[in-house]
Amino acid sequence: MNFLARHRIVLPIVSLAVLLAATFWMQPRAMSYFGVNLLFNLAVPIALATIAQMLIIMVNDIDLSTGAFVSLAACVTATLLNDAPLFGALVLAGLVLAYAVLGAVIHALALPAIVVTLGMSFVWGGLALVLLPSPGGASPGWIRTLMTVKPPLVPMAVVAAILIAAVTHLLVIRSGIGTMLRGVGGNARAVARSGGSVMRLKALAYGLAGLFNVLAGMALVGLTTSADANIALRYTLLSIAGVILGGGEFTGGKVSPTGAVIGALTLTLAASFLSFLRLSPDWQIGAQGAILILVLTARLLFTRRSGPA
Amino acid sequence: MSALIARPWIWSWLAAALAFALTVSLTGGRGAGELAYAALSFGAFAAIVGMGQMLVITLGPGNVDLSIPATMTLAGTLALKAMGSDPGTAAMGLAIALAVGLGVGLANFALIYLLRLPPIIATLAASLIYQSLAIWSNRGLRIKPPEGLADFSTGRTLAVPNVAWVGLAIAVVVWVVLERSTWGRWLMATGQNMRAARLAGVPVQRVRFATYLAVAVLAGLTGYLLASFSGGAALNMGQEYLLMSIAVVVIGGSSIAGGYSNVPGVWGAALFMFLVVSMLNSYGAPAGLRLVLTGTIIIGIVIAASTRRVRT
Repeated sequence: MNFLARHRIVLPIVSLAVLLAATFWMQPRAMSYFGVNLLFNLAVPIALATIAQMLIIMVNDIDLSTGAFVSLAACVTATLLNDAPLFGALVLAGLVLAYAVLGAVIHALALPAIVVTLGMSFVWGGLALVLLPSPGGASPGWIRTLMTVKPPLVPMAVVAAILIAAVTHLLVIRSGIGTMLRGVGGNARAVARSGGSVMRLKALAYGLAGLFNVLAGMALVGLTTSADANIALRYTLLSIAGVILGGGEFTGGKVSPTGAVIGALTLTLAASFLSFLRLSPDWQIGAQGAILILVLTARLLFTRRSGPA
Repeated sequence: MSALIARPWIWSWLAAALAFALTVSLTGGRGAGELAYAALSFGAFAAIVGMGQMLVITLGPGNVDLSIPATMTLAGTLALKAMGSDPGTAAMGLAIALAVGLGVGLANFALIYLLRLPPIIATLAASLIYQSLAIWSNRGLRIKPPEGLADFSTGRTLAVPNVAWVGLAIAVVVWVVLERSTWGRWLMATGQNMRAARLAGVPVQRVRFATYLAVAVLAGLTGYLLASFSGGAALNMGQEYLLMSIAVVVIGGSSIAGGYSNVPGVWGAALFMFLVVSMLNSYGAPAGLRLVLTGTIIIGIVIAASTRRVRT
């Protein structure tokens, strides 16, 4: 298990490295502080949302409301948090709490998460529309400063990605509570027998996911300086793809936070790479799909070679 | 009576009837016929893709087709382009739309079976490619459907929209196949326990193959009908059917965990999804509130259905 677990991370790293090398080869000028920052700038909110999705997938559920919820968090950040910081912060905390409650309800009533989050995506989308009927709002100054800070040597996006990966790795893989959480995905009954409350753990997983989604919305506003109700809709699919690309499995609590962050970086880079290719815009989306299939095919070869997974 | 209540499909029909009554009561009974007609027209599209999605979801956990919107768009675009508004080409257009469906189904299943990708990811990644194909072949043109086809898809027979007749015919076929044929029994068995089904001699992979073909063909057909109905194919024409197709399956009383499907419920849920939006519209709810209420109602129905299941 340890052998496989350690090698699971190799493929995401290799895919990212290959894509990065190809990008630099196509566009050598991107190989600079400024270039790398530009390539990975939008990766920070995507990485945060991917971590959130990973936390849900970790407990054997799936979240189809990520895009709508991140959009709502972005709208709250660009309006309430900017105009009345205290009230805005309370609303964002309320959203995190709502996610935790959702997790508890899904477990208590044995509801299918895919449907509940599907329904919630309407609710979040509607709330965002009520809050911000037309694109607008403004980013609070401190978030803008934080997202555009220029640390020495390494660009902010890379520092943030490493930070996110390190924190979630400690939380999910190294800590006791993280092991319990992964246990819920692996064998919920065993966790319950050993004295853990599956309901509380699921609420915790969902609450953490809500927190990371809120952070994703805030980071997104910091980059774009304004928001609209549909700003992050594609995050639902991106986050699921990022988790799988990073070596996660849909069932069994087998996830990798580091892999998920790398998966998010790969997806962001794929978009930049395709625009460097001067591919006709018609094929941009399709080529992203092809890259996704290619990487996952590589994973198949990989798992076969290293024995049954 | 209690036997009727125990039927999982009754709830979506009751909800649809309630939404209908609430809308009509606002106008004092005027416009009831028009509302029912519109619900049958628009509900038909949701019902046809919903039945496809239902078959896939019945295959068991993890099975879902996220490429339905892209398939609809691609089939509608290619069919209308080939027909080029020329009269007498409707049958050829239909053949092209169905062929697109078959091709998509084959490609999806190849990814799932040969590359062992989880269906969610396989259909998601492939749908990006189908969408690109549609964008490439569409090129911003808006080709009108041939006149006869446009008349058929917007017309009515015996006061019922023609598209609703198509949806009804498909529902009957799907119901017979599911409830009365060996293949239907195999599908249910696969969804309930794939390992047990395989050990019992069910050709599990062939069942899965046929199911992924069926959902794509139904999506292709819906794309063809919808493009003819709305006077041309648009690149975003399938968009709302991703959530819609999953929602009608669940509201219709099929099990999201697979193994149990429900054909009449899908139709009731499709009518309900249209009626609830027109109800909120006629009560003057703004767009945001309308979405919030739609989501709340969906979750409410899912909770109601699940507590009923726990009690029995």
